[in-house]
Amino acid sequence: MGQQSAQFLIRSNIVRSRYPRAILLQYTQEESTVNKLIDLQNITKSFDNIVILDDMNLYIRENEFLTLLGPSGCGKTTTLRIIGGFETPDKGRVIFDGTDITATPPNKRQLNTVFQKYALFPHMNIGENIAFGLRIKKKSKSYIQDKIKYALKLVNLEGYETRMPDSLSGGQQQRIAIARAIVNEPKVLLLDEPLGALDLKLRQDMQYELIRLKNELGITFIYVTHDQEEALTMSDTIVVMNQGYIQQIGTPEKIYNEPENAFVADFIGDSNIIDATMVRDELVEILGARFACVDSGFGENRPVDVVIRPEDVELVSPEKGILQGVVSHIIFKGVHYEMEVMAGGFEWLVQSTKMFPVGTQIGIHVDPFNIQIMNKPVSEDEEAIGVNE
Amino acid sequence: MNKKLLATPHIVWSVAFILIPLGMVLYYGLTDRTGAFTMAHIITIVTEEHAKALLLSIELSLISTIICFLLAYPLAMMLVNMNMSQHSFIVLIFILPMWMNFLLRTLAWQTLLEKTGVINSLLGFFHLPPLEIINTPTAIVLGMVYNFLPFMVLPLYNTLAKIDKNIINAARDLGAGTVQTFFRITLPLSIPGIISGVTMVFIPALTTFVISNLLGGSKILLIGNVIEQEFTQAGNWHLGSGLSIVLMIFIVINIIAEAIFDKQGEETAS
Repeated sequence: MGQQSAQFLIRSNIVRSRYPRAILLQYTQEESTVNKLIDLQNITKSFDNIVILDDMNLYIRENEFLTLLGPSGCGKTTTLRIIGGFETPDKGRVIFDGTDITATPPNKRQLNTVFQKYALFPHMNIGENIAFGLRIKKKSKSYIQDKIKYALKLVNLEGYETRMPDSLSGGQQQRIAIARAIVNEPKVLLLDEPLGALDLKLRQDMQYELIRLKNELGITFIYVTHDQEEALTMSDTIVVMNQGYIQQIGTPEKIYNEPENAFVADFIGDSNIIDATMVRDELVEILGARFACVDSGFGENRPVDVVIRPEDVELVSPEKGILQGVVSHIIFKGVHYEMEVMAGGFEWLVQSTKMFPVGTQIGIHVDPFNIQIMNKPVSEDEEAIGVNE
Repeated sequence: MNKKLLATPHIVWSVAFILIPLGMVLYYGLTDRTGAFTMAHIITIVTEEHAKALLLSIELSLISTIICFLLAYPLAMMLVNMNMSQHSFIVLIFILPMWMNFLLRTLAWQTLLEKTGVINSLLGFFHLPPLEIINTPTAIVLGMVYNFLPFMVLPLYNTLAKIDKNIINAARDLGAGTVQTFFRITLPLSIPGIISGVTMVFIPALTTFVISNLLGGSKILLIGNVIEQEFTQAGNWHLGSGLSIVLMIFIVINIIAEAIFDKQGEETAS
């Protein structure tokens, strides 16, 4: 298992470092004039001369579950902290519900944050933790009591009022942190990797819990994570980020099925990213074999990247395959087998419910609509010229 | 078994230099020259001379502790919020004097404050009236604050540094302004540091006799000076020990009171 993950780490590192910076151009979100609740305009932020966010534009609609997804250091947490008011951008504006809140301190913003390590007040019991925001706002005692009851019920922790935070498990503390935020009736809830410290099973439960909460409360969630599975499970919209640039914005389906570039394809799920040549519209040459595809408009004989998801690679008998190869590695993964197939000089990652022992001669077939074609990032210099145009 | 043997040097040390002296103080304090039991030495604390010294000691130590706290808290907060490079520089400035001998530092203050000392020479040069601080309680407080301030800063800094930044952020996020955040979150969470800082300043200030000797002249007697004189000048070990016992009782009361306050603080804050 350890060997396996190490292998994937190496694999993805190679793929990631392959991209020249030019591919990290900002992805432009489709323009929308309706109900932009939060609008980030030309946000730039650097720490100690390292650019974390570079001229970022992003809007968030009302009642959306939006996830900022990316590897560590991609700027997702900084983005969230700018929205929350804990960082001030060097350049750019934050518009909230039509007003510029760029310089507004966090205590004056109509949004609440759930922090990574819960950040419950250790010297207050659960009831007081939840009541904190309401007491600051000088709400009446009975109102506060009702709210505490309501919030604890919402997160399934009724009767915990007098417990102290350190007597609760991680998952329970997380729920309290959420309860403490939502009693203030924020328009937006910011969540900074809230499930990061929980174990796998609890994390999955909490994902469903969060979706339920979002539906019950009907407010906007902005969620930060590096876990692509979490992002796919919960989000209405995923924003994939890398090195301070937005790589793609879209629904989970769109991001998974139609990755904009090799980085997105590689980061979201496993994938085979292969150098190929677009022979003409709807025909692509991969590793010397010609595959039918559905994309067009790339020109003739243009170098491209193709992305094929491991579950879309069909293993057939050698004579039926478009490309022939040998199974070189196999691992049982529960629902499916994961195999590596050496074909055309490339190690294909394949997921299948059928088992083929190591050494089996095999054919590879891919349905046309499962081949995703992407423009190849050209060299940095050329791309830079392209940018200037 | 072997591990227990490792504690032997410490046990020997404790018995020889803590338990036996303490036992001797108790023995001398509760007996007279013939060796008969008496409470007389302890009761002398109510005599005017001794009571005055004790009350003055308590008063000056309290003032010094409060001044130390007011100086140290903002400084500790600044240190916590500083970046690393500035931070070690400021800490160094604070620790540096502690590498010098305590007596030397206090003597330096004597030289500075003297009637014809450095400060007054400077003031005279500018035709300003001289400061008459030396041999007053003010000079003693100054000496106490100067010598014991680091003992207040360090425990405060330690507890403040341990407060998770996100807890402060969470309070801000939930609507608390900077002042509210300080009084509802930062201050209650730093109570352990305040307690140990106060203890580490108040107790040595209460028992000192060097600072009052050097900066207070021979006129101002603190309880420490009275005890010292009984041992070194009057040669009356019985009376000196009796007064030491009284002082120890005060210190124990002080520690117990702080412990109770600490508990209450936790409960009321929660």
